[in-house]
Amino acid sequence: MATATLDLPVELDAEGFLVNPNDWTPEIAEKLAADEGIELTDRHWQVINFVREDFAKTGEPPTLRRITKQSGVSTKELYQLFPKGPAKKVARIAGLGKPKGCI
Amino acid sequence: MSENGERTLAIICSKGTLDMAYPGLVLANAARMMGMEAKLFFTFWGMDIINKHKQPHLKFTPIGNPSTGMPNFVAGLPGVTDMATKMMHKQLEELDMPPVGEFLEMVHDAGAEIYACRMSVDMFKLTEEDFVDEVDGIIGAMEFLEMTEGAEVIFI
Repeated sequence: MATATLDLPVELDAEGFLVNPNDWTPEIAEKLAADEGIELTDRHWQVINFVREDFAKTGEPPTLRRITKQSGVSTKELYQLFPKGPAKKVARIAGLGKPKGCI
Repeated sequence: MSENGERTLAIICSKGTLDMAYPGLVLANAARMMGMEAKLFFTFWGMDIINKHKQPHLKFTPIGNPSTGMPNFVAGLPGVTDMATKMMHKQLEELDMPPVGEFLEMVHDAGAEIYACRMSVDMFKLTEEDFVDEVDGIIGAMEFLEMTEGAEVIFI
């Protein structure tokens, strides 16, 4: 991750995840996505907004399975939107910590 | 490492019980979730996991499994395997683990490749028609090793 090039007003951990999920703003998401080489579209936002809302409700980052079951974005599409490792990329861009789940 | 410099996980699944179906699927899924390539090779009893007639009926048996704490003379009683299987399904559901069929579909949609072992197909007298749709091909062991050159190999 090219975090050195990121100029963000918030604290990131060693792996580039937001230390405090409450610091998150859509602008920060745009910058984190750009750092991952992703330009955010409406479909990306559908995933990110679901993840943020679900996290606010449950206090846990949703698993990819939960995302694909409930956000209206299929597994195939999720892997296209966030290529090469969607679990970490979705969590990072949505301002959550590194995911720990197995599914 | 594969040609494009990504890590690749090669997973050989040789067991056909419900409890042994999950490790390979969980690992393949985890690999894909973090951006690794994943290729699964099903062989011998592991073929049951991708056999569409058998897959919905995979069982877990406490017989000969000291980890369950159940003595074998009890584990061997009629109905115990079905009961243990039911319990395991329930526990997996509580963990938000998908049933095996859905899990295979998920890892395949996630980009994992799924292969059936040529020798086992011949031995069990199976054809392509017997497999779930997610199977990408019936291949020999050499072909699998060729396509997973440099991969990290896991045998289950």
